[in-house]
Amino acid sequence: MRDRLTKAVAACMIVLGLTAATAPSQAAETIKVGVLHSLSGTMAISETTLKDVMLMLIEDQNAKGGVLGKKLEPVVVDPASNWPLFAEKARELMQKDKVAAVFGCWTSVSRKSVLPVFEELNGLLFYPVQYEGEESSKNVFYTGAAPNQQAIPAVDYLMSADGGAATRWVLLGTDYVYPRTTNKILRAYLHAKGVADADIMENYTPFGHSDWQTIVAEVKKFASAGKKTAVVSTINGDANVPFYKELGNQGIKADEIPVVAFSVGEEELAGLDTAPLVGHLAAWNYFMSVETPENTAFIKKWRAFIKNAKRVTNDPMEAHFIGFNMWVQAVEQAGTTDVDAVRQAMYGQKVKNLTGGTAVMNTNHHLSKPVLIGEIQPNGQFDIVWRTKDVVPGDAWSDFIPESKKLTADWTFPWVCGNCESPRFGKAVPAGL
Amino acid sequence: MFVCRAIVALLLAASVLTGAAHAEPADLDALVQDLGAGGFAQKQKAIDGLAATGDPAAVRSLEAMLDGKLYRRLSDGRVAIGAPSGQVIRLSDPLTGADLGDAAPADVDRVTINNRLRAGLRAALGGLTLLSPEPSVRRSAADAILKARPEGIEPLLRQALTRESDDSVRAAMEQALAAVQLSSAPEPEIRIAALRTLSQAANQDVRALVAGLLVQDANGVPAEPDADVRAAAETTLAAIERRLAMWGILGNLFHGLSLGSVLLLAAVGLAITFGVMGVINMAHGEMVMLGAYTTFIVQEWFRAHAPGAFDYSILVAVPMAFVVAGAVGIAIEQSVIRFLYGRPLETLLATWGISLILQQAVRSAFGPTNREVGAPSWMSGAIEVAGGLTLTYNRLWIIVFSLVVLALLMLLNRATDFGLTMRAVVQNRRMAASMGIRTGRIDALTFGLGSGIAGIAGVALSQIDNVSPNLGQAYIIDSFMVVVFGGVGNLWGTLVGAMSLGLINKFLEPVAGAVLGKILVLVGIILFIQKRPRGLFALKGRAVEA
Repeated sequence: MRDRLTKAVAACMIVLGLTAATAPSQAAETIKVGVLHSLSGTMAISETTLKDVMLMLIEDQNAKGGVLGKKLEPVVVDPASNWPLFAEKARELMQKDKVAAVFGCWTSVSRKSVLPVFEELNGLLFYPVQYEGEESSKNVFYTGAAPNQQAIPAVDYLMSADGGAATRWVLLGTDYVYPRTTNKILRAYLHAKGVADADIMENYTPFGHSDWQTIVAEVKKFASAGKKTAVVSTINGDANVPFYKELGNQGIKADEIPVVAFSVGEEELAGLDTAPLVGHLAAWNYFMSVETPENTAFIKKWRAFIKNAKRVTNDPMEAHFIGFNMWVQAVEQAGTTDVDAVRQAMYGQKVKNLTGGTAVMNTNHHLSKPVLIGEIQPNGQFDIVWRTKDVVPGDAWSDFIPESKKLTADWTFPWVCGNCESPRFGKAVPAGL
Repeated sequence: MFVCRAIVALLLAASVLTGAAHAEPADLDALVQDLGAGGFAQKQKAIDGLAATGDPAAVRSLEAMLDGKLYRRLSDGRVAIGAPSGQVIRLSDPLTGADLGDAAPADVDRVTINNRLRAGLRAALGGLTLLSPEPSVRRSAADAILKARPEGIEPLLRQALTRESDDSVRAAMEQALAAVQLSSAPEPEIRIAALRTLSQAANQDVRALVAGLLVQDANGVPAEPDADVRAAAETTLAAIERRLAMWGILGNLFHGLSLGSVLLLAAVGLAITFGVMGVINMAHGEMVMLGAYTTFIVQEWFRAHAPGAFDYSILVAVPMAFVVAGAVGIAIEQSVIRFLYGRPLETLLATWGISLILQQAVRSAFGPTNREVGAPSWMSGAIEVAGGLTLTYNRLWIIVFSLVVLALLMLLNRATDFGLTMRAVVQNRRMAASMGIRTGRIDALTFGLGSGIAGIAGVALSQIDNVSPNLGQAYIIDSFMVVVFGGVGNLWGTLVGAMSLGLINKFLEPVAGAVLGKILVLVGIILFIQKRPRGLFALKGRAVEA
């Protein structure tokens, strides 16, 4: 009996010893990458796709031999569309799982929630969604569009003759930080273009607003003042489907009152009959319909990975594609996954856009990307009607808000700062050196 | 390019000889070919050219271009109307309709247009279809002319007016003529006369046109140079606005009733499970969601097996959704809720858990993204009443549908044995049991009925909202609000509660905005419940104490 017990204890110890011995070696063999996207709750509709894209990119990279000779290992967590839980899960990823970088978040409020955690633990977050700007953290790389890469060009297009020469504006948005800040920038921009306040209508609705009858009727009324009117929509998430259904049913034609949206892409249109919406617009840095060899290959790979020949691709997916490839290049270049070294290697990193041209990571942690404007088509895709000739560098601090115009984001010498009015190390350089 | 055109011209000359083509076919064909060439500016020129010919033969090509059905064959640059069928696109000649064979999607380019061209196309079509034999086509042509006011349309419009026999089309044409005169006639008297004609209108396009005269540019110079015309414009504008304001109130009324009917549909099932049975059923919204997904599945079946009968898919979905949601409801009652009667807090937690389980189950089965539920043709579009008031068909049908559902439910409650036993069990369970009623069975059926009606609501809501796993969450709070406000256990209360909440919401929204409006309604209900804890229509008598 006693003998058996000692044997058992010995066996246990051997097992424990083995696991203790193998644990570090296993950790040394893989590099962990955190994926922080909601897989349940309201945002699951958009974020689940991004989780899948990350898994595809990681699988793809491993097939090419991984990074620094090691395999990548995805660590997927579910923050369940719960903003405080985002912060908890981010902490868990960095402290418990010791991930080298995190790819995640969708809404600005989730990003704001994890920001202090990433700064405290000196982590790396790749944020793939267009957002309101007015931020530059040294621990975040913003691979989505800043307002000057989406909102401003879209308004310029609507003001041009081809876009309908609009002089009266309706700014519709969901009531939270992204639409409010974007509309603040747009209002300032429209003022600069000589549009009076009387010609701007701003309207906010709660998340998931489903009864758009009154607002669409009001837009029609506002548009009947004798000036060409355009609608800029920062409506986010679920509310878009009932909004577009109402637009279609009330017969608002795109050539009379065009609606340009910043949060509506191929995925959002998938649940919608788009025939009555033909001609309404969206501004993004990527559209699935762009025909380049890179994009065709990406779509093919995505459909094979997800095992669905009808799945669509969208802009935040491309942002993850660019961000992930830049991170891989930066790690290879730095020869380590150490956050500070990788961050330095990120600046100036280049990756080919799926829509042509080359994306560059700037020292303000934002990308230079092309801007495209597409028209909704009956098949749920977009026809490109306008695009920038070259890539546009993302601007962290908008030039159209007086307080933020003064600020500069530049994480290289002599600035080394996300929101400064003058370089922090500017005076340290002696003249003539 | 020249050779190309020459060949085209030769071919067309040949077709002239056979007598198939119109007066100046070579010209027309060259213009049609230009629709597919070059940038947006060149296309616009071709559209203007086609409009100037006044030849109705061009209508087909312009309509195809507007619908995005115009293609350009890459091999010879020929423009053709394409109809996708399966893997290929069937091409036909835009003028003669002759078959041009099939093409693979890679061999043709779709002729792209933008909003500017779209407006140009509508204006051109307006001119070309003004003499159409169909009154409805003439009517929309007149409306298109009123909006676009293309140059040189006046003689054609006059010609159309002289031969017009339909009164309403005639009125539309007169308005269109006045609008054209207002924007192009040089004499102030004619413009003032035009304004007089337009003052009869209650139309936002006319309002836009008249208001446009008074718009001042950056230097304060008004768009209309003549002071008399401006004064007339102001009177006209005031008259139109008075009429529009009246229609606006009617519009709010319709929007309110429509929102009320949506609330009614969502809440009426809860009025049974919560109102009558007293079960705090947090999974009610998920029953609605299941109904919507049932609609999706039924529609998928129709798309695959009977695409011709798609318009009736909704009618099939209604009983299916009732059965599916009702069966799930009975299963929940039998497996969980019946053990928790009389323990409201535990019921609340358990049903909330069930709601999360159902949501995630649907998310795993159907994916997190929205599912497309199509609208049958009789539920899409709208009737343009007047004054910018559009009554959308889906909303109209939902109002009718919600009232029918409520009426049937009341009939069931009042006029059937099941309704009688249901009421008996609710009012006095022990007495009902001693009369030989199997109360457990009635409980299960009642819960199933409430859930089934929620499923039916899901069919209707799939027409106006997202079909996603979160669909139910959006309605659960509103449903409880309606039932509590209307009076627990009273179907009339649910009707009045839903309609008044809808109306209050919609009359507040233009004034206070959607966010503040919602807050005001919630605060109002809290205050109301303080005054009348049992809601609008309180049940009286012993049942209340039970």
